[in-house]
Amino acid sequence: MNWIINTFGTSIGKKFLMALSGACFIGFLLGHLGGNITLYFGKDTFNSYAEHLHALGILVTMAEISLLSLLVIHVLTGIILFFQNLAARPQRYVANKRAGGRTWASATMPYTGVLILSFVLLHLINFHFVKKTPDNTIFDIVSKTFAQPGYMVIYIIAMIVVALHVSHGFWSLFQTLGANHPKYMPIITKVGIVLSLVFGIGFGLLPIYVPLIAS
Amino acid sequence: MTTQGKTINITLKVWRQKGPGVKGKLETIEAKNISTDMSFLEMLDTINEGRIVQGKEPIEFDNDCREGICGMCGAVVNGIPHGPEKAMTLCQLHMRKFKNEDIIVVEPWRARAFPIIKDLVVDRSALDKIIQSGGFVSMVAGGAPDANAIPISQNIAEKAMDAAACIGCGACVAACPNASAMLFVSAKISQLALLPQGKPEAAQRAWNMVHAMDDCGFGNCTNEKECEAACPKEISIVNIARMNREFIKAGFASHVM
Repeated sequence: MNWIINTFGTSIGKKFLMALSGACFIGFLLGHLGGNITLYFGKDTFNSYAEHLHALGILVTMAEISLLSLLVIHVLTGIILFFQNLAARPQRYVANKRAGGRTWASATMPYTGVLILSFVLLHLINFHFVKKTPDNTIFDIVSKTFAQPGYMVIYIIAMIVVALHVSHGFWSLFQTLGANHPKYMPIITKVGIVLSLVFGIGFGLLPIYVPLIAS
Repeated sequence: MTTQGKTINITLKVWRQKGPGVKGKLETIEAKNISTDMSFLEMLDTINEGRIVQGKEPIEFDNDCREGICGMCGAVVNGIPHGPEKAMTLCQLHMRKFKNEDIIVVEPWRARAFPIIKDLVVDRSALDKIIQSGGFVSMVAGGAPDANAIPISQNIAEKAMDAAACIGCGACVAACPNASAMLFVSAKISQLALLPQGKPEAAQRAWNMVHAMDDCGFGNCTNEKECEAACPKEISIVNIARMNREFIKAGFASHVM
């Protein structure tokens, strides 16, 4: 069994864990966005979507456990990588300049990651660990939350942060998995940018749109 | 000596460190009348000649061929390894790329795996250790094989040659925000993995070299692409993707453990 640790424990192994869990999160975001699009069709569509989703029962619980495990892997590996990388250059440069590879998104990955993690916790407290009743449906909870300007701003900023994280993460995961090919990489890079825009706009407009239709 | 070339005055802020493990600092050195036809290293030579006459310690820096092919020279100039020009080693950088009154910050490669020996000279033997762990092909030297006995397509030969252009200067490590050596290691793994002569040992090589790289204390690649941008030989990060494939193949689909 040592070979498994000796594979995943290396620098490339850890990259793989980040890439694979990241790919799953992108899949989750697509599913989540697909569900949330029902919000754009009003209260009843969204509540009916939520009902159908929870009717899946054990499947939802299994998905939740998988996501939680992936989260633990992504966050722990990310923390290990962050501190190992800091330690790899104990004396920093006096003059810092980009040679042309680094982007805003790539340079801020650990920080946008921490922001997304704290947002996910807040998001779960807001919408997941709340008692839903026929008088207080999930739509009511969402619209009440977004009616507060503070939450509205936090949610919009969080979605910009997610878009930034995905814009580097998407092409990066293909590179890590070894899928860098002159034919496909330009397409993958563009898809990553489109995807981050879709997430940013698709989720980011909800906090503005929902209070409008709720009143 | 009838023609008088253009000269500039510059201010250097050079990293001075007496030895390994001791505290270093930037020293400000005024350099007057530097010919713009000088290379960066010739400029340092000129400063050093003056310093020796004045009884001051010269600035130590690594260099050898001064043709951009040996991989010995290199310093971080204004935050970029080998200076601001693309695809160029420090010895090929000329002072005409700088303006009069420029302030130039010169620092050594900075990485835990590259301890500073003195001033701008760093110990890059970590890269040798990685090569020793598998960056070669083992073969019984017999009679020379016939030319073209092993068919290799031009496309593959070019890719292997592009990877083999790596001169092992360490600029990728210096440029990487994480001080990772993955561009170097991936070039060395790729140049052999692409060719039939390297295939028999590919799995063991990828496994050994990646573990040797980690043992040397380099950081982890986070796909920042700074290495590729700073590399004087323009080694592509496509090689890193190939190394990732080779390593995962070695980990999950080979006998190596």
